[in-house]
Amino acid sequence: MAEFRMPSLGADMETGKLAQWLVKPGDRVARGDIVAVVETQKGAIDVEIFEGGVVQQILVPEGSEVPVGTPLALVDGAVPSASAPPVAAAPSLPGTPAPSAAASPAAVPAPAAPVPAAPRVRASPAARRLAAELAVDLATVRGTRLDGAVTLDDVRAAAAAKAPAPAPAPVPAAEDRAAAMRAAIAAAMSRSKREIPHYYLGTEIDLKRALDWLEAGNRKRPITERLLPAVLLLKAVALAVREVPETNGFWVDGAFRPSTPVHLGVAISLPHGGLVAPAIHDADGLSLDALMAALRDVVERARVGRLRSSEVTDPTITVTNLGEQGVGTVYGVIYPPQVALVGFGAVVERPWAVGGLLGVRPIVSATLSADHRASVGHRGARFLAAIDRLLQEPEKL
Amino acid sequence: MTATLPATVKLTYREAMRAAIREALQRDERVFLMGEDVGRYGGCFAVSQGLLAEFGPERVRDTPLSEDTFVGAGIGAALAGMRPIVEIMTVNFSLLALDQIMNNAATLLHMSGGQFNVPLVIRMTTGAGRQLAAQHSHSLEGWFAHIPGLKILVPATLEDARGMLWPALQDPDPVLIFENGRLYTLEGELPAEPPPVDIAHAAVRRPGDDLTLITYGGTLGTALAAADRLAAEGIDAEVIDLRVLRPLDDATVLASVARTHRAVIVDEGWRSGGLSAEVSARIMEGAFYDLDAPVARVCSAEVPMPYPYHLEQAALPQPDTVAAAARALIGAAHG
Amino acid sequence: MNTDDLRPAVLRALRRVAPEADPDALDPDVALREQLDIDSMDFLNFLIGIHRELGVEIPEADYPRLTTLDQILAYLGERRPAPAPGLAGG
Repeated sequence: MAEFRMPSLGADMETGKLAQWLVKPGDRVARGDIVAVVETQKGAIDVEIFEGGVVQQILVPEGSEVPVGTPLALVDGAVPSASAPPVAAAPSLPGTPAPSAAASPAAVPAPAAPVPAAPRVRASPAARRLAAELAVDLATVRGTRLDGAVTLDDVRAAAAAKAPAPAPAPVPAAEDRAAAMRAAIAAAMSRSKREIPHYYLGTEIDLKRALDWLEAGNRKRPITERLLPAVLLLKAVALAVREVPETNGFWVDGAFRPSTPVHLGVAISLPHGGLVAPAIHDADGLSLDALMAALRDVVERARVGRLRSSEVTDPTITVTNLGEQGVGTVYGVIYPPQVALVGFGAVVERPWAVGGLLGVRPIVSATLSADHRASVGHRGARFLAAIDRLLQEPEKL
Repeated sequence: MTATLPATVKLTYREAMRAAIREALQRDERVFLMGEDVGRYGGCFAVSQGLLAEFGPERVRDTPLSEDTFVGAGIGAALAGMRPIVEIMTVNFSLLALDQIMNNAATLLHMSGGQFNVPLVIRMTTGAGRQLAAQHSHSLEGWFAHIPGLKILVPATLEDARGMLWPALQDPDPVLIFENGRLYTLEGELPAEPPPVDIAHAAVRRPGDDLTLITYGGTLGTALAAADRLAAEGIDAEVIDLRVLRPLDDATVLASVARTHRAVIVDEGWRSGGLSAEVSARIMEGAFYDLDAPVARVCSAEVPMPYPYHLEQAALPQPDTVAAAARALIGAAHG
Repeated sequence: MNTDDLRPAVLRALRRVAPEADPDALDPDVALREQLDIDSMDFLNFLIGIHRELGVEIPEADYPRLTTLDQILAYLGERRPAPAPGLAGG
């Protein structure tokens, strides 16, 4: 059992105010995870933990000001790592029966489930008694009273929910699917913003050469074989990844695990606010035609909820293209445990200086949201520069 | 002789009290009424109007303005075998007789080693809401309910106004009856032959399943009005009329809370150290494991009762404030 | 020009990319991509579907003329292959 102590965040720091806990008892933490926000005279600082394990007990409540060195929490490091997120996985098996699209985002590793433990659950006396009678673990019941307390109805609902034996889930209604997806997105994005120290870089890329080349090519192609500009962007990202491998892989258990294959996650919005980002496997090795076919395939299947499990667990980096909505710049949130996300905005005609002359060019904003634990801004900048460079030579893509 | 009597009679709470006194005077020659202006004037609140003419000055006696004296005289008469009904104009004037009530009426049985009961009934008007300002608007029945040796009755309905006096007079020990002044004009129908009522139990005035509103006296109507509003929102409130503040009928209250799991106590008295605190404590003692929410209270504001109408109303429990407290207890479970 | 016979084919193609869309609720004068929240991939697939239904060639340069349902029907009315001319003479 290790003690997580109030760190010294500066030579002159004597006390710190524990402003916010980002973990709770039962949470698995990895070395380097940000587990708390501490307010110092210099402002709020995200505090990392230097020993991984499972949080056993919170010793200092939020809002307390304590001297440096005061034990803040107990962390049990001896617990075997059971819930580690998957490392870059085996290649997909084409034709594997797919779970529904709704289930897909849940495959994004969620924060460790809370282990029933330490702080006393706020529950009414009657709810407590009924929970004991029905063998419902109060720690797993969500309280609906205005003060968050668990009531009789909450216990009854929890008991009803656990009553049926684990049977095949019925086909959920569209609203249920949407709600489940929303919950999964919420879990993944909350974890991302909680755990991943994002940094953001942006650049503007002149797409004239790329689009001219594409248009010329499409003119010769029947409509069924035409390419979308998005395919050029995806291919450029996939190739740039090879040059800056720190953007490709997973942050797992306090360390970056680079991935050799480039499984390009493509963010696809779904009706009812849904979102999936399935992988196009080995995108860096696909021809543009193959990439277009793969993109069409994955978009169509995402729309009808036929994605394969490998597609939703494998992405090593994700691309999101919100330019369709006319948005200028994307500031994306990384899908944990990935370490980077590339965002493209709308292609817009802009005045652009080329060779000392002002011209009108189709410009796209490209941004990189990257995990600072895995890469530094210098490498991220190089990554964006590589995308730009690759798009200037579309014929080589 | 008439062959048939009307099944019911229409009357006011004031008339029901008067009928009760008249019946007592008729049934037991030891009964007499005394107090300030109860005779010639007919009572400050006109409860005893006409009784002097009917029963004569021996049995309907006007007293000097000296509560200590005439309450003491009532105690003496009771000790001597009479069954006096002493009327104190308003509850604040009982403070002048507090030594007689608390140190004599309530203790003599004990001090005499069980030799002397004091079969005295004291009636007084209580409560606010009639713009009588801070000195005549108290609700001190909870105070008197603190005192061992007394029985405290709070008739909130026509039946109880009509029916509580006689059993109170049969009680061998002192009984205080608190009549909320707002109720005197309450009108309704009673059986021509009113059924006897007990002076031991609380009554469920409206059954319900979602929460229990516990009240008495002048705020029974408030609680029932709140229950109507809640019903319109799908919240089914049970309303309990305590009726007897001492000894409290715990069983009725606890049985209700065990079923509804939530309780709001509505008390026109002040909150701190009041009757509502006592009821709340008993629920905690007796029904803690049945509670699904903290016990809530709606009491009068802790201020001397204001004179201006709007401020006085604002200081009193109202259907809206009771309904709001109930909703808060139901909480998110009902949206 | 009568485009009534084109409409079912267009709606069939549309349904494949926007299964939840209610054709009766579509405003024929408002851009389809705005009404249906479909992206460029969906739109391309939609045009491919029309192409397959009606055999009409749709150059990429014409995409800007194909934003609303009415525009698409009018465009297709102009572009559909002419009916085979009747044989004349001997």
